[in-house]
Amino acid sequence: MMLLAVLSGFMLAVAVPALYRLAGSYIGWVLALLPASLTAYFASLIPAIRGGEKLLLETPWMPGLGITLDFMVDGLSLVFALLISGIGAFILIYAGSYLKGHKDLARFYVIMLAFMASMLGLVLSDNLITFFVFWELTSITSYMLIGFNHEDTEARKFALQGLFVTAGGGLVLMAGLILLIFITGDSSFSGLLASELSIHEHPYYTAAAVCILIGAFTKSAQAPFHFWLPNAMAAPTPVSAYLHSATMVKAGVYLLARLNPSMDGDMLWSGSLLVFGAVTMLTGAYLAYSSTGIKKVLAYSTVMALGTLTMLVGVGTELAITAFICFLVAHSLYKGALFMLAGALDHETGTKDITRMGGLRHSMPKTAVITGLTALSLAGLPPLFGFVAKELLLESLLHAPIWQTGLLVAAVLSAMLVVAVAGLVFIKPFFGPVVKTPKLPHEAPFAMLIGPGVLTMLALIFGFMPSLPANLVLDAAISAVSGYPVETALALWHGINLPLMLSGLSLLAGSFLVAAWHRLQPTLYAMNTAASRFGPEAGYFRFMEGISQVAGWQTRILQNGVLGTYLLVLVLVTFSLTGFTLLTRHGLQLDFDFSDSFFYEWGIALLIVAATVFACVTRSRLGSVASLGVLGFGVALTFIHFSAPDLGITQLLVETLTVILLVLVLFRLPPFAKLSSSWERYRDLSVAVFAGVVMTLIILAVLDIQYFDSISSYYVENSYGLAFGKNIVNVILVDFRQLDTLGEIFVLGLAAIGVYSMIKLRAEDQYKP
Amino acid sequence: MKSNTVILHTAALAIMPLQLMFSVFLLLRGHDEPGGGFIGGLVAASAFVLYAFAFGAEATRKLLRVHPKDLLAAGLLFGLASTIPALLSGQAMLTAHWWELPLPGDSYLKLSTVLVFDIGVYLAVLGTLMTFVIGLMEVEG
Repeated sequence: MMLLAVLSGFMLAVAVPALYRLAGSYIGWVLALLPASLTAYFASLIPAIRGGEKLLLETPWMPGLGITLDFMVDGLSLVFALLISGIGAFILIYAGSYLKGHKDLARFYVIMLAFMASMLGLVLSDNLITFFVFWELTSITSYMLIGFNHEDTEARKFALQGLFVTAGGGLVLMAGLILLIFITGDSSFSGLLASELSIHEHPYYTAAAVCILIGAFTKSAQAPFHFWLPNAMAAPTPVSAYLHSATMVKAGVYLLARLNPSMDGDMLWSGSLLVFGAVTMLTGAYLAYSSTGIKKVLAYSTVMALGTLTMLVGVGTELAITAFICFLVAHSLYKGALFMLAGALDHETGTKDITRMGGLRHSMPKTAVITGLTALSLAGLPPLFGFVAKELLLESLLHAPIWQTGLLVAAVLSAMLVVAVAGLVFIKPFFGPVVKTPKLPHEAPFAMLIGPGVLTMLALIFGFMPSLPANLVLDAAISAVSGYPVETALALWHGINLPLMLSGLSLLAGSFLVAAWHRLQPTLYAMNTAASRFGPEAGYFRFMEGISQVAGWQTRILQNGVLGTYLLVLVLVTFSLTGFTLLTRHGLQLDFDFSDSFFYEWGIALLIVAATVFACVTRSRLGSVASLGVLGFGVALTFIHFSAPDLGITQLLVETLTVILLVLVLFRLPPFAKLSSSWERYRDLSVAVFAGVVMTLIILAVLDIQYFDSISSYYVENSYGLAFGKNIVNVILVDFRQLDTLGEIFVLGLAAIGVYSMIKLRAEDQYKP
Repeated sequence: MKSNTVILHTAALAIMPLQLMFSVFLLLRGHDEPGGGFIGGLVAASAFVLYAFAFGAEATRKLLRVHPKDLLAAGLLFGLASTIPALLSGQAMLTAHWWELPLPGDSYLKLSTVLVFDIGVYLAVLGTLMTFVIGLMEVEG
């Protein structure tokens, strides 16, 4: 059942194109049935995990490698699963309306469902490797979602940026996870969490922690990797809403929370989380305040939220974890709603710039009401759930084990800025004088309002009754992150205390910032533009440029298109390495024994040598080809002489056909000319002689040493008994070692395709006008 | 490229069918005597190369009827097909299967996945070489 729940998104994705033809413009509603029923399914698991228990559902996948499709459901993963599937349902409905009539709507849904399924797999996986597979799947599918408008250069550029940052971090994360598996000897989260082993003392611990942190920070857009997230706004709005609220960027935070019980209590871990989280929080809040595009504003406020979440994991107290879970849920609810509302505004007015909107409350009253309520949650004002979360945040920072003052100042500063941002998002578009917009504004359709409406309702209900979600799943989630059972008593009203006063202070200062926004904006904009030349994004572009420069440089040196250079490099490297190994491992042994050789064997050897020398010195191409043929026939004679008729026949045929092929090619070549200097020819000669000598030494060594018992006797004994064949060579080819042969004929096929395309699609043809 | 000598024309017409028959003979007897799919394919290819030298690439194409690339593809398909019986019967991939068909008289026909595989090798070798040769012969200028 669990397996089905995770994989059903992939299955439905396959059926989307067909469904789209049937359902037409109702496709969003039809597809939303899946996440809706998944939400119901996950909700039905609530009773089983309420007391902090874990559900383990095991499915073998690659048992030989210790990779399983095991799923673990505890409070944390269930909260995520509910958010992913619940918000996912609304996003699918919303997208049907937002992208109505888009020519690639079916493709959009295919990727969206695959993304949703990957995300579910990520939060439910128990196996670390499976987790990583899903992690990378979300990177890839989100790449396709961000670059959905693939005809737009910007969209492509920023999709690639998101992919490079998150998948690059993903590689580092893989190293970290593998180190973690080495440390604990167990490849599952449940095993890791249950183990009593103290992993902090292990010599690999530092490396593992750093790798995992980098992976999580890139995914969750922590400074200095935060730049990809606002750029990912190139995606259609439903994607932004989904990526920001419940998924993608939360994956990194999920990982941090998931590993918290094992990693907690270590300065490297907690300290990094605190520092990076706090810096990200402030950076995000400041950048959100100084941006004008509504999607950019919201994107930077997501960066702020992610920083806050990371910081809270770093604080690590019971109160901080409670704040973490509440903030996570609150943020998912309001951010999903706000993005969908921003998309509605953009859709109905034709602009994303909040300086170019105004007075819309008359034409879009419902949108205005919902935005107002949701903005309250963003600002952390009562009676919404955002308030509960923010009070918890301040309270937990007051009691943080280290750096209370610094963290608290940072949190209050960012709270101020966020209040201002919430004010701007609500006041700028809906109040003030009516501003003429590119499209004549009118109320957004039902499908675009139901999602924000329901999410805001939930935030309101949770705000009035925070014990309701707490009793259901939040307590279980908090216990899962803390590593021991926790029972919380959440309330909207805590009486007048220090956090409340700090909230009041930030509200006041925030209102002032809203009022001053118009005057500050140009200055901030100029400052940000000046600073962006030194920012991490500029670093990213310089890094990418550096990569292509290095690539260009090494291509000019190594891949210069001259066949002679390739051969020279290949031969030199191969024979230097093998020669070195031979000398160091085996040593030189030169004992020739010619006593049992016959005169005709000498004859064959002489023939071969003579043909070789002639092939090298002759000035006629045809002559050298023919002498190469003679050389091959000499080898064939040797095979026949040592009673290997199959090899002999094959050699003979191959030589014949090679000569024919060479003649066909020679036919096209210009007349023989001397193009190389004599220095080059002596260099080539010495390399060739060197290769020949090393090869000879290797063959002598092979005759000399026998590491293993020869396998030939096995073939001889079993060829007829097991494989019913008397020709051992053939039996080896088509039975004992059939897999090799199968691979070889495919290589043959590849070679044929290569030659065919070289002949048929010659480069000069492509440049012909 | 096409030869105009009567000797080559006549010889090619006489030798080529023999070569082809011999290639099939080599293929079929390969399991017990020198031969097999690889050698058979090489012999068959040399038969067609001889024909191509005598009558040109275009005529060889007509004689082959199918594009050499398709021969190669068919060979790879045969190679893969020979792995299926083992998969269907739940054995490790590439486990050989043998069937013996009684024939009139006292003899019987030995059929096996190994033979199917060998035919695949034969076709792949033939297809690859003919792709090379015909391709090279048809290069302009």
